[in-house]
Amino acid sequence: MTGSQILIESMLREGVDTIFGYPGGAIMPAFDALFDYRDKINHVLTRHEQGATHAAEGYALVSGKTGVCLVTSGPAATNAVTGISNAMLDSTPLVVVTGQVGATLLGTDAFQEIDVVGIMQPVTKWAYQIRRAEDVAWAVARAFYIAKNGRPGPVVLDFAKNAQIEEAVFDYKPCTFIRSYIPEPPIKKDSIEAAAALINSAKKPYALVGQGVILANAEAELKEFLEKADIPAAWTLLGASAMPSDFRLNKGFLGMHGNMSPNIKTNECDVLIAIGMRFDDRVTGNLNSYAKQAKIIHLDIDRAEISKNVAVEVPVLGNAKYSLPMITQLLDKANHQEWIDSFQAYDDREYKSVIQKEIFPESGEMTMGEVINKVSEAAGNKAVVVTDVGQNQMMAARYSKYTQSRSLVTSGGLGTMGFGIPAALGAKVGAPERTVCLFSGDGGFQMTIQELGTIMQEKLGVKMILLNNDFLGMVRQWQEMFFDERYSFTAIENPDFVAIAKAYHIAGTLVTKREDLDAAIADMLKDDKPYLLVVNVQKKGMVYPMIPAGASVTDVLLGDESSNNQ
Amino acid sequence: MEKKLYTITVFSENTVGLLNQVTIIFTRRAINIETLSVSPSALKGIHKFTITVFATQSVVEKVVKQIDKRVDILKAYYNTDEDLIHQEIALYKIATEQLMAKGSIESLIRQYNIKILDMNETFVVFLKSGHYAETQQLFDELSTTTGVLQFIRSGRIAITKSKVERLTDMLEAIQKIEQEQQA
Repeated sequence: MTGSQILIESMLREGVDTIFGYPGGAIMPAFDALFDYRDKINHVLTRHEQGATHAAEGYALVSGKTGVCLVTSGPAATNAVTGISNAMLDSTPLVVVTGQVGATLLGTDAFQEIDVVGIMQPVTKWAYQIRRAEDVAWAVARAFYIAKNGRPGPVVLDFAKNAQIEEAVFDYKPCTFIRSYIPEPPIKKDSIEAAAALINSAKKPYALVGQGVILANAEAELKEFLEKADIPAAWTLLGASAMPSDFRLNKGFLGMHGNMSPNIKTNECDVLIAIGMRFDDRVTGNLNSYAKQAKIIHLDIDRAEISKNVAVEVPVLGNAKYSLPMITQLLDKANHQEWIDSFQAYDDREYKSVIQKEIFPESGEMTMGEVINKVSEAAGNKAVVVTDVGQNQMMAARYSKYTQSRSLVTSGGLGTMGFGIPAALGAKVGAPERTVCLFSGDGGFQMTIQELGTIMQEKLGVKMILLNNDFLGMVRQWQEMFFDERYSFTAIENPDFVAIAKAYHIAGTLVTKREDLDAAIADMLKDDKPYLLVVNVQKKGMVYPMIPAGASVTDVLLGDESSNNQ
Repeated sequence: MEKKLYTITVFSENTVGLLNQVTIIFTRRAINIETLSVSPSALKGIHKFTITVFATQSVVEKVVKQIDKRVDILKAYYNTDEDLIHQEIALYKIATEQLMAKGSIESLIRQYNIKILDMNETFVVFLKSGHYAETQQLFDELSTTTGVLQFIRSGRIAITKSKVERLTDMLEAIQKIEQEQQA
């Protein structure tokens, strides 16, 4: 077998059924081999390698499987860096195979040769160069093991052309163990006991739910844990949908544009239980005034996260799927109704001064929140919500309702504009039976607009909602708030988006009046075909609440509380 | 928190690109590596890095966790000088003429415990091992008296004062996990 065939055969044994890729010189032998596996592997040709990586992320996030990319050397590899970095910061399992010049040409500045392993090491869990055909099966098995086990992340295999062509015996063995990598630290009984004791002693326990819960498939274990000790909980951006929106103990969204009560209560609780989250600065604000009154328990699979940003009283290392029930078993049944009720006053205040105006504006221009709220409802609150980055993202996270897990696909850590379209198409490939709604802005949409071609070719029923304000909205918001309204290069002249979609044979419509919105949403959702809904929203909309960067979590700005903020 | 000198010990697989994986962790946090020494360890196929940095304890702790987290790293830990027996080695090349002009060098050799590695009409090569301060002191003295044609100092090597290498414990633990997995 050639190294290329071994690559594909090994991937099949890893359960790969979809590859997002883009062929080119140094990966042609692998693509040639792939041609014979068209009945087993669905190859999605994106329009740019960055698109391939984001599509693979979208696919991985909704399906729980590892996303796979196949691209060529040099510029293809550098184009893939953004998506790989995004996957690194958001712990998304990816295996990206990049072509590379033949081993004899390495280091000679050959055509389309670049030091891929050197570039990728800072942004991957593992980056390895395959120089011999006999190493292919081993490297693939190891790549999938590393990408998926422990805290997931991206792996790059840099596949030298000679190794793609040369022959070797196919001897594939799944990787089950790497002596230098223990993916799941064994759970220590004393840490479980210490955590349970601390929670049992708490009067005002409070849980922060991160993506770790989703990655561990521990949603049910989380619910039991919270219910037994009656613990209110809030979620990080990537932890969205780990708890249904209507769950009694779900108190909302944390962080800079999160809900008011979850942020403020962080500084009132007595025991803070962080589950699979990493105390990102967008969640904590100023660390010097963050949860100083609380004893902190931190459940995480990654030892390096313990006490990285916030000093932790009780670390519980391990997989939350197993550690959570172990703690639950030791918990006393409790009732914290008074504490839980204390969130309400802030919720009411936020509703009155922000939410109501955003999702039910009575007059004036349309708002992002009202569009998102209507789309979410029209899709039965069951859609996979994909976002780009910026105001559209924060609004989508805030105003979508979640009824099942793995329902928000967004770029959290890296904040990658242009993530939206390719991630949405990847999500549709990964969950074809679900409605996939992308909320994007006019800025990010144009960063990867070429992926409309992929949606066209693959006939992917992605519902794209472009919230158009003719501004790079989030930057404009900061300019208004922190840069004396000096709108430095944030106004953007836009094309006729519907006409562009039409050129790609994608149906679409532009809505400029509130009275047309419901009908347009209904039209968009009536079938499973791709659709672009462009909604012209207010140009100077603001995302509130807001905790300014570096401020304390209690310094929540609500905008103008007295008047309608239009 | 006060900055001081920490010695970081890293055990790794012996694969291409390992050094880069370790050093980028320092680069990203703008930490200057004072000394670095890499060589095969007592265990076959496992390499040992000894790295010294000036940093606060909290920074060193986080850096070590980030190194330890890398897939190809078996173990990383840090120590302060009190926990260690450590040594550096230095070579000094001095012009023979300048050295001879000094008269007798017996006292110099005794005082610094110098070994002479080579000697000819043009130059003499001294070897001195010791702590940084000791090799530096000899350099300073030679610089002002005979002049130094060339000077090179190795990175620190160190062993802990405890009886066992921590890696041995870890390898045992790994073996246990592997056996449990296979059972």
